Amino acid sequence: MTALAQLREIAPGFQKREDSGKLSTGIPAIDQLSSGGIARGALTEICGPPSSGRTSLLFALLSHATRQGECCAWIDAAGTFDPHSAAEAGADLDRVLWVNCNGNTEHALKAVDLLTQGGGFGMVVLDIADAAERDIRRISLASWFRLRHAAERTGAALIVLETSVTARSCSTLQLAMKRKRPIWTGKLLCGIHVEAESRKHYRSQSADFTAVCI
Amino acid sequence: MYACIHAPGNLPLLLECARGFSPHIEEISPDTIVFDVRGLASLYGPPPQLAREIDRRIGLSANIAIAANPDAAIHAARGFPGITVIQPGRESAALAPLPINLLQGSPDTAEILDLWGIRTFGDFAKLPPLGVAARLGEEGVCLQSLARGEGNRQLRPIEDPLQFEEAVELEYPVDLLEPLSFILARLLNEVCRRLGARALATNEIRLRLTLENAPEHFTILRLPVPMLDPAAFLKMLQLDLSGNPPAAPVLKAELTAEPVKPRRTQHGLFVSMSPEPEKLELTIARIRHFTGPDKTGAAELIDTHRPDSFVMRPFSPGTASQTQTHSNPRLALRRFRPPKYAQVILANDRPARINSPSISGAVVTAKGPWRTSGDWWTQDPWNRDEWDIETSAGGLYRLYQELDSRRWFLEGSYD
Repeated sequence: MTALAQLREIAPGFQKREDSGKLSTGIPAIDQLSSGGIARGALTEICGPPSSGRTSLLFALLSHATRQGECCAWIDAAGTFDPHSAAEAGADLDRVLWVNCNGNTEHALKAVDLLTQGGGFGMVVLDIADAAERDIRRISLASWFRLRHAAERTGAALIVLETSVTARSCSTLQLAMKRKRPIWTGKLLCGIHVEAESRKHYRSQSADFTAVCI
Repeated sequence: MYACIHAPGNLPLLLECARGFSPHIEEISPDTIVFDVRGLASLYGPPPQLAREIDRRIGLSANIAIAANPDAAIHAARGFPGITVIQPGRESAALAPLPINLLQGSPDTAEILDLWGIRTFGDFAKLPPLGVAARLGEEGVCLQSLARGEGNRQLRPIEDPLQFEEAVELEYPVDLLEPLSFILARLLNEVCRRLGARALATNEIRLRLTLENAPEHFTILRLPVPMLDPAAFLKMLQLDLSGNPPAAPVLKAELTAEPVKPRRTQHGLFVSMSPEPEKLELTIARIRHFTGPDKTGAAELIDTHRPDSFVMRPFSPGTASQTQTHSNPRLALRRFRPPKYAQVILANDRPARINSPSISGAVVTAKGPWRTSGDWWTQDPWNRDEWDIETSAGGLYRLYQELDSRRWFLEGSYD
């Protein structure tokens, strides 16, 4: 008897996770890197230092998801969501529920729990990239497991936007973002070249894309 | 069959009693109503039993009559004391002893009938119809038809004003939310029951609390979709009242619901899932309870060049709209709210070093300035120079200087 079969016998509820589909990011390189897009019914972490293109990637995903008629929720721990940037990226703001927690990470966790448990959202983003480090460290692994199970049950793509990996083993995919170089033209910033690295695959892979200004 | 209740005085009580039997009620006068009781035999038995049930429910001394047509029932109730049941086909005989003045014809006709010596319905019914028509005209024919119990008109039902209000005055002031919740639950259940009976829902609930030695407390729940769930309404009111409690103990609670047609939608098989509006509204109410009222919803951009201008409106996803697609992802800005004050050291009129509580260091690259201004004709104009900078730590930021105050701020970081 294989180890997997033995485990199934001990814990009947243990089953291989069903593939509930993927949400395309609209960026071919990232879709290829993540084997088709961001998984539904799973927790994905997008991390990186400031100005590494994390938010640009998520806005591209938000734009693609809302164009397909998905309802999305953006739980904004620090209140940094910019609706103008999201609209310029192509997101349909009517289909984006924005929860501005104004710097309270605990409220953000409560909100993401309520929205993920409630179901009906195709994508739920927890943005803790600008949250205080001590607040992020206080989030227990049990909370991440709870959120992951809620996402599995409701089929939502739960995405955490952060500076460094926080959910650890609870996440299905970790995309580490790194800025390669900014593009300057004329009087203002024109865009940035970004590298994304997938960390949860057997062998880490990376892909490049460019986020540009209008 | 039609039933008529004739009792002096209490019209609201008569209407309330009649509503227990039929929605089709005609108000004849302040002391008389007639209503349709067809089809009630299976519930209450034959007409005599039905009449006794009406008498039991009304609870005061009243004349009750049941007949095959409304006019016969009205005349019987006005003319005979107690309960009168007229079997179909026997109207003329049953009404015959009634005095002729119950017919309520014009004064001229009444005078002529009096001169003829006609004193009862029976006397009038016996007159030849052609002769009555020749002498009294159309009115005479109609009155004679009524005297014979042959009226065959339709009811003209009264239409209730669609007001869904409930109120309760408390015997002693309530100062805790929990006992108040029980009272609100009762009011909500009653309002929702009445809405449901008319196949209606509500999209706005107004609660007015009269307080002890304090101004009245108002709460309005505006719902993006029509709902009819008293439990959800109660939870929303509880959340609202716990976040914004009344200033003093409550003496009286009045609840009003705005009636609207219920939501009916047919979802497509291949349409993406979306949150159930009723459930979502409750979830958003829970979130608003801890984030604050204007912090949760859908952002709507305002048609202006002023930076960070938007309004938050209730989240109510409609059909997906076609937005512009881009081949490359757009560079996003993470906006600091409020903008972070910064001390900037200039070199050759360009930012060379920046110091702010969270971001500081040498400025490696600075591109600008990009001058923007607007609303100079209002009380709140803006006028500033924008710079895009890269710090030595690797961050890309939007920095601006207010030209009026010469102060520098970090507006956000590019990410």
